[in-house]
This record gives sequence, C-alpha cells and structure tokens, in this order.
Amino acid sequence: MNARKNFDNSLQELQNKMIEMNELAISAFEKAFTAFQTQNMELALKVIEDDTVIDNLDIEINQFAVWLIAKEQPFATDLRRIIASLKITSDIERIADFAANIAKATIKIGTAHSLISLTNLEQMKEISMNMLQMAVTSFIDGNISLVREVADLDDQVDNHYAENYKRITEELKQNLEDTTQLVQLLFINRYLERTADHITNIAESAAYLIKGQIYDLNS
Amino acid sequence: MSTALLERNKESKEEELSPMNQQIEKATKISVNDLNLFYGDKQALYNISIDIQEKQVTALIGPSGCGKSTFLRTLNRMNDLIDGVKISGDITIDHENIYQSHDVIQLRTKVGMVFQKPNLFPMSIYDNVAYGPRMQGIKSKRELNRIVEESLRGAAIWDEVKGRLKTSALGLSGGQQQRVCIARAIAMKPEVILMDEPTSALDPISTLKVEELIAQLKKDYTIVIVTHNMQQAARVSDKTAFFLNGEIIEYDVTKKIFSNPKDQRTEDYVTGRFG
Repeated sequence: MNARKNFDNSLQELQNKMIEMNELAISAFEKAFTAFQTQNMELALKVIEDDTVIDNLDIEINQFAVWLIAKEQPFATDLRRIIASLKITSDIERIADFAANIAKATIKIGTAHSLISLTNLEQMKEISMNMLQMAVTSFIDGNISLVREVADLDDQVDNHYAENYKRITEELKQNLEDTTQLVQLLFINRYLERTADHITNIAESAAYLIKGQIYDLNS
Repeated sequence: MSTALLERNKESKEEELSPMNQQIEKATKISVNDLNLFYGDKQALYNISIDIQEKQVTALIGPSGCGKSTFLRTLNRMNDLIDGVKISGDITIDHENIYQSHDVIQLRTKVGMVFQKPNLFPMSIYDNVAYGPRMQGIKSKRELNRIVEESLRGAAIWDEVKGRLKTSALGLSGGQQQRVCIARAIAMKPEVILMDEPTSALDPISTLKVEELIAQLKKDYTIVIVTHNMQQAARVSDKTAFFLNGEIIEYDVTKKIFSNPKDQRTEDYVTGRFG
C-alpha cells in the first residue's frame, strides 16, 4: 500500500490547477495582444471581464495550498513544491493582470492609426509567452536547464524594452498628435517587461523546488 | 541574467549565504567515533561517528528498528544491562572515554534519561524528585527542599504541584508525570539529558508543554532526543541525525534535513515515502 496516495493525488491536483491557470493566462495574453494588434475593442473588453476567472482560480489554489500545509505538514520536496506553487500562481495572476492592462491600453488607443510597427512589442510578447511555457514546464518536469534558458531570454526582453523606450520617446518629441497612443505604447512596453520579470520569478520558484536554494535571476 | 551568473549564484548562496549554514557551532559535548554495537551475533549499529554540541538539542530520527534508541542508550551505558551486548569504538563526553571509565554511577549522574512512558516511583512527588539527591547522600531537609523546588520549577511543573508535593506522583496526569520525570532527572544536576520518545504517550497539549520545556532546558543542558514525530524534531532540535539500518545516513542542521536533505533516503523518510 502506498501510504502517500492521497497526498500525492492532492499534489497532482494542485499542479493541475496551476497548469489550468497558466493556460488561461497565456490565452488571455494572446487575446489581449490580438485585440491590441487588430484594434478589436470587443475582444479587449472580453479579456478584462475574464480576468476575474483567473483571480478566482488564484484564490482557490491559495486556499487549497494552505489546507494541504495544515493537513499534511509537508517536509523537504513536498514543502518546497507547495510553497513554489503558491508563489508561481501569484506570479501568473500578476501576468494575467498585465494582459488586462494591455486590453485597457488597447481601448484607450481606440481606432487611431496604429503605430505598433515602430516597436518590437510583438517580439517581446512572443519571447515572453515562450518563457512562460518554459518556466512552468521547468517546474513540472524539474528541468533546471529550462530555468537557465528563461533567465537568458529575460535579457533579450530587457534589450527590446530599452530599444522600444528609445524609439517611442523619440517619436513623442516629433509627433505630438499621437501622444495618447505613444504613451499607451510606452505602458505596454513596460507591462511586457514586467511580465517577463514575473516569468523569471516563476523560473526562480522552479529552481527552488529543484535545487532547494533561493535564486535571484532578476538582478 | 546569464547562465554563468546563475552558476555563481548557486555556489555562493549554497555555501555561504544560506541561512541554513549560518549556525553558530558550539563546543562538542559528546564525540562518537566509529561505534559498532552487537546484540550477540546481530550487529545493530555500524560505524557511527557523530559530534553532539553542548547546550543544543540533537534529534535522532529514523524508522523503527533503525538503531536510534540503541544508540541513545550507549550514551549513558544503559546497554551494559543487556546480556550479550558488545561495543567497539569510542564515545567521549567532555573528552573522557565513557567506556574506559569504570564509574557508571557517576556517568549516569552526568547523563540523565527520560523514557517514553513516565516511570515515576510509587511514592510522593517530593520523594520522587528527592530520590536521587538522597541516594547521593544529601540529608539536609532544607537542601532537599531547595533541590525539589528548583527541579520542579526547572521542569515547568512547580506551579501545578506545589500544593500537593506529599501526594502520590501516580495521581498526576501523564503529561504532568513526564515533567516530574524530567524534574527527577535534573535534580541530579546532569549535563546531558537523553530523551527516548518523551511525548509519544502524551496528549497534544502535554506534548507542547514538554516541547516548550525542552526549549528552556537547552540553555543549561545538552539534550539528545529520539522521536518518531518529525514535526517535533523540526520544532525542538538544532541538529538532526537520520538513522537507517544501524547507520547514520545524514546528520545536519535541522532546517536543512527537513527542507532540503542531501540524501535521497532522508528525503524519502521525511516525506513519508517509507518507514
């Protein structure tokens, strides 16, 4: 008889909820970015509305994790797994908030002639979502080499951020008519940079689970 | 951040910055070197080497039959009472080899013991605590009164029993009896207290009281505790040794053992995968 069967099932359930939350966050992010690119207000509104689903899932996972700690009094890998799950879900929740923020910026830009082509925002989004999949996979598979890749990709996002910032602020000096849109593009640039930082936190949590040590990959 | 930095982070944090390694090492009280113990032909302990620090709590954990209680009993030569026990290796307390010294009585005065079940004598609370000092020849009523009060206070039971010192100790609750056993042990002014599953027969509140007491006692005594309760080991001890099949598999700072043990067998045991 496996004395840990119930506990193992609970840990699996916790992980499944986290994966579900991650898929919802990626989907929200893709929809928010599509709305931004295609200037689709309806889709942007939908992303903002649906954020509640992710928030509720975050609360549900938190309560479940607290109950597991109280009930099972876990040690070693089990304890690290639950603590890492708690931290990861709160990072995913913040990432979903940034998706909603991009949707809000999209609504503010409205139907003005899009200046997205001035920027590398799309590449930043692509890299970030790739990083998010890798970070969560590194946690699930216990794969430390993916953690390293995430840390390296974050450097690329930071470079795009700096480049975008330069381009947009230069445009702002010359193009006063599009100030509103350019300011929103600056915000989106910032949201994407922060998103990548939260994804790097997720990779740190995965490293904590795998190695039992606390890392700071954002410094 | 680059991969190289991750590697550097890893090394520096693991080796230097980790709070788990920031343990102030105290002086060694008990030093065990290459200890082997046989019950007849059956070997129960294999090549045990361990340094136990003074005024710290050291927990011994491991599945039933792993040798942890046997090891505990070697520290005050309780195994001498069992026929057919053979021991090799050294155990020194304060640099004195306890198996070369012939004065076992003096050793057991210095190294007190508290057992799984309270084992008070069928006499009054006062007489239980005064028993050891009387055997040592202390006759002065005033001196005995002082020792009894001091010991019962030291065991955090004085306030509960001070009005009934002359009544039978066996009328106390299990938790109270166990604390009187601790008072009886500290009445002998030991330097080391061995505890063999001291709370396994107690309810949760009594268990917490004994654990609080252990935290207070370590200011003055070196404590070695065998426990099956992993949470208890995590709560009360500074260092933990994991025993398996008569060997010490891992001995480290308690935080390390319970959050990130080195050996897979320790990990499997503390997470309930076996044992």
